[in-house]
Amino acid sequence: MSTKHIGKQTAQLASPPTITETFSVVGSKEGNGPLRTYFDEIVEDNTFGEDSWEKAESKFMSTAIQKVVQKASLSTSDIQYLLAGDLLNQCSSAHYAVRDTNIPFMGIYGACSTMAEGLGLAGLLVDGGFADHAVATTSSHFCSAEKQFRFPLEYGGQRTPTAQWTVTGSGAAVVSALGDGPYITHVTTGKVVDMGISDVNNMGAAMAPAAADTIAAHFQDTGFGPSDYDLIVTGDLGMVGRQLNIDLLSQQGYEVSDVIDDCGCMIYDFETEDVHAGASGCGCSASVFCSKLIEELRSGAIKRLLFVATGALMSTTALKQGETIPCVAHAVRIVTDKAN
Amino acid sequence: MQKQEYKVYAEKKSPNSPLWLNMLKAFLIGGLICVLGEGVRNFYTNWGLNLEEVAAATSITMVFLGVLLTGIGIYDNIAKHAGAGTLVPITGFANSVASPAIEYKSEGYVLGVGAKMFIIAGPVIVYGTVASVIAGLIYYFIH
Repeated sequence: MSTKHIGKQTAQLASPPTITETFSVVGSKEGNGPLRTYFDEIVEDNTFGEDSWEKAESKFMSTAIQKVVQKASLSTSDIQYLLAGDLLNQCSSAHYAVRDTNIPFMGIYGACSTMAEGLGLAGLLVDGGFADHAVATTSSHFCSAEKQFRFPLEYGGQRTPTAQWTVTGSGAAVVSALGDGPYITHVTTGKVVDMGISDVNNMGAAMAPAAADTIAAHFQDTGFGPSDYDLIVTGDLGMVGRQLNIDLLSQQGYEVSDVIDDCGCMIYDFETEDVHAGASGCGCSASVFCSKLIEELRSGAIKRLLFVATGALMSTTALKQGETIPCVAHAVRIVTDKAN
Repeated sequence: MQKQEYKVYAEKKSPNSPLWLNMLKAFLIGGLICVLGEGVRNFYTNWGLNLEEVAAATSITMVFLGVLLTGIGIYDNIAKHAGAGTLVPITGFANSVASPAIEYKSEGYVLGVGAKMFIIAGPVIVYGTVASVIAGLIYYFIH
């Protein structure tokens, strides 16, 4: 008999776990953006000293894992679960990143929703009494993503105004049973939503319905509304998807425009960095959450946050066979005061 | 909102590519590449090569320039503005072969460079050849 499930899709955690520590490591383009002062580490060399983009991405993640554990004054043997995933085939960045950590590992894939999925699962594991400490992490790399999903880097193509720029970076968070916040209080697991978009250069439009679906489900399940949040932040909808999400929620009676933002609209400078509709990639929501958002939760600038990472579960093979893009969004409610 | 309705709505809310500006830039930069090609052609003609040799030498030079600019990371920066202007001339074909060759070098010279080199240009070669066979057959029968 489940005692912590409320409504259709939400888990209400009985003893809200704490996000003890986070670590963010990003590439040079991200490091030149408006969040530069928030990141823990900025790597100027996008190959990170490796000889392939895939190895570089993996190193971003292994750096985040290693350093977040250090930052939390723990050792890897204190971590009972490591939840990680990424965009590359077979989640290869994650597998190579965790290879030498010696931490029990669960691979997860939610495309760019992976950070919320991992954070939510870590929260469930800790709240369930299965772990004292769990780490959630994900990564992406502009170059490895372009190589796998689009064209070679040096190929002379033109990006559409709706295209988004994959973030090079990783974020990792330690979730612990004991601590004084920020706390994970609710986890709303998203459904796969596919509204028939097949344009790989317009992921924001593909993902917006999934984000709206999960946010609406969260409101229905918990009884919270937009006014119960200081910030509702989506993962990587970009300019186009951000507005579509606001419109879709408005149609369902939720006016979120005053409290909503999108990590994909925060990490780059739209004026100078030529990123078209914004940022994308697992590393987008992960690095923004593990830097600016967590810092604002700690400082009290945000007291109640709904973190909704959004993922386009795109397969290039299925798309070529005429399929559309299935999407998912997972929401994690994080507060500074458990009583709130 | 139904699927069809959403698709229309999302399209309406998504900014379109600046078509006229893109076409103008493609025309200007593509035109410049052709002017450069013409210059190279004149150079070889003045050098005393015959018509067939000039055509071959000009193609070789333009392909070399395309590959060189791809290799030093400049071609994609021009193409970002030029679009079809850099795609259509022979330099674009060179770029489409050289760029995967560079990208997949990390998987080795056989299964990386060798196998993936024509991943973009492959369809052009296949259907170009098929089209030329069909054109050849038509030409054969009407003559």
